[in-house]
Amino acid sequence: MANLRMRQAVLQALDDALSEDEAVILLGEDIAVAGGPFKCTDGLLKKYGADRVIDTPISEMGFMGAAVGAAACGLRPVVEIMFIEFIGVALDQLTTQAATLRYLSRGRLTAPLVMRASVGAGQGFGCQHSQILDHWFRGTPGLKLCMPSGSRTAYGLLRAAIDDPDPVIVLEPRILYGEHEDFALDRNFRLPLGSAEIARHGGEVTLVAVGAMTPVALKAAKRAAADIEVIDLLSLWPWDKATISASLARTGRLVTLEESTRGAGWGGDVVATLASECFGSFKAPPHRITLPDAPIPYAGELEAQYLPSPEYVAAQVDALVTREAAPPPWWRETV
Amino acid sequence: MSALNSTTPLARRAVLADRVEQLKRMVEIRLAEERIQRLFSEGEVRGSTHLCIGQEAVAVGVARATHPEDIVSCTYRGHGHALALGVAPEQVIGEICGRSIGCAGGLGGSMHLVEPTVGLMPTAAIVGAGLPIACGAALAAKVRKSGRVSVAIFGDGTANIGAFHEALNFAAIQKLPVIFVCENNLYGEYTRINFTTPIEHIADRAAGYAMPGIVVDGQDLDAVARAMEQAVARARSGEGPSLLEMKTYRYSGHSRSDPATYRLDGELDIWLKRDPIDLFARVLIGEGAIRAGDLDRMKTEVREEVETAVARALSSSRPKSAEIFSHVTG
Repeated sequence: MANLRMRQAVLQALDDALSEDEAVILLGEDIAVAGGPFKCTDGLLKKYGADRVIDTPISEMGFMGAAVGAAACGLRPVVEIMFIEFIGVALDQLTTQAATLRYLSRGRLTAPLVMRASVGAGQGFGCQHSQILDHWFRGTPGLKLCMPSGSRTAYGLLRAAIDDPDPVIVLEPRILYGEHEDFALDRNFRLPLGSAEIARHGGEVTLVAVGAMTPVALKAAKRAAADIEVIDLLSLWPWDKATISASLARTGRLVTLEESTRGAGWGGDVVATLASECFGSFKAPPHRITLPDAPIPYAGELEAQYLPSPEYVAAQVDALVTREAAPPPWWRETV
Repeated sequence: MSALNSTTPLARRAVLADRVEQLKRMVEIRLAEERIQRLFSEGEVRGSTHLCIGQEAVAVGVARATHPEDIVSCTYRGHGHALALGVAPEQVIGEICGRSIGCAGGLGGSMHLVEPTVGLMPTAAIVGAGLPIACGAALAAKVRKSGRVSVAIFGDGTANIGAFHEALNFAAIQKLPVIFVCENNLYGEYTRINFTTPIEHIADRAAGYAMPGIVVDGQDLDAVARAMEQAVARARSGEGPSLLEMKTYRYSGHSRSDPATYRLDGELDIWLKRDPIDLFARVLIGEGAIRAGDLDRMKTEVREEVETAVARALSSSRPKSAEIFSHVTG
């Protein structure tokens, strides 16, 4: 049993991968000498040397592209993007180059690379350092996309991502880096990409969450009158329809909890797919709990209001169960 | 002169050691490109196609100066480079015509040619994309001590996109074995370089990255190959990257049926007087390797070979629908 903060679990996963496979290299800003802005790579330079743990210039397009080329030539690069917004200047390399390398070469070349990035709101970083932006990648053929919800899932997903033969994006909720979790640390532990987990069993509502929203969902489940089943989605692309539909068949109600704006959230796809394919399972309308379609505010009071809290989620779920109709989001009642 | 009969890419690459084969490969590129333009007019080519007529010496010079194990990244103006590196004409033309025989099985098209056995990464349809990727290939060579070099081939337009700066900077700071080859054909898409670039020589930008920047006569095959050989030797010995600027000219428009009406009056005629095929043929005549009249005979022979390649390409099957779903992920 280990008790690790999530940042330590990430560090452990990288350390184990570097030690097991010489093809693994790390690229990123401030990751080597300084040990990483979030200390996810602390000590790895000393252990593995400057050829494998590489401080890059502030030039995401340059080193993201270098990861694509290195991956095509036999390495397994793991790239750190400090804040997910920084990938905006390098998106071509990920969504257009890495994603199509296997396809265009008809399987003769592959890009087994991992992009890790810190994501999410709640810490006062303002609107350009707090987004998740999963919708920039989700649904891109050739890419896989996952998001841990704590130390155990951070280790298991990152190890699976590094093992994977294709480009994988791991979105790490920044707010969880400092959170502790007890788990059985085993270097063979992998969480399969594309699979969700039931984080809490319940009989009345299926509440699907991912990343930092999974702990919020679990807290909400404790507060709510309704008996909530929490599914930790873990992978945003491809996503695990089977686990959700099986849960929905038991509960009859589906709620998604998304740290995404309403217009871009993954729940739109989940709800549309389940409504279309499992219509007979629903006792109440499917419901999405999302962020409003507005940038993330800086002021503490506003950011707290902007993000779904356990109290808000519990109230939304209970309202759905009681009224058998989807309750309006807070901003429609307030504004 | 049986290059086209040995159609494996490696065999086609190996024959480039012979100077007459180098001339023949330039002729092949020229005639294949002209035929591709006709195939486009005949409706066999979907979307767009970007020809490199006039730039043949750069393609053959780069191929001559590198090994098949070396990695080449290139842009959508890549038909000539694919042929020069060794991809068979029927595989290039087949790809452009969306047939199974194509080097990407007909799934890529004109802008996406690929052949890993001779180091050709999928040619990229995004300006600048290949430069960071070439750095990564060079990084892999450095980390694995494989002795390979990588070559990034791009146009003058690419010298103004961010990826150019980021890649040259990264390559220099990491001392990567990469050669940046700029084909300066004076036009970025439809716009002449003087409207987009404040300096005459792209090579001057190398100074900002503490690497050699060499201006090369891109119409002179031997000049291209010699400059490449020096840069490749420097890269292989661990001294780092170079920027080579090949001064060349695109006889055709940017793409499709672009008539290039934006050209300066008389500019094309000036460049036609220094046609890379004619220049190198004269060199070979001077060396006694060929005689006057051999070039015309060679063109006739290659034209037949290109027609054979076109026939093979067009008689190849079209890809099956299952191919849509293959090789998306592993």
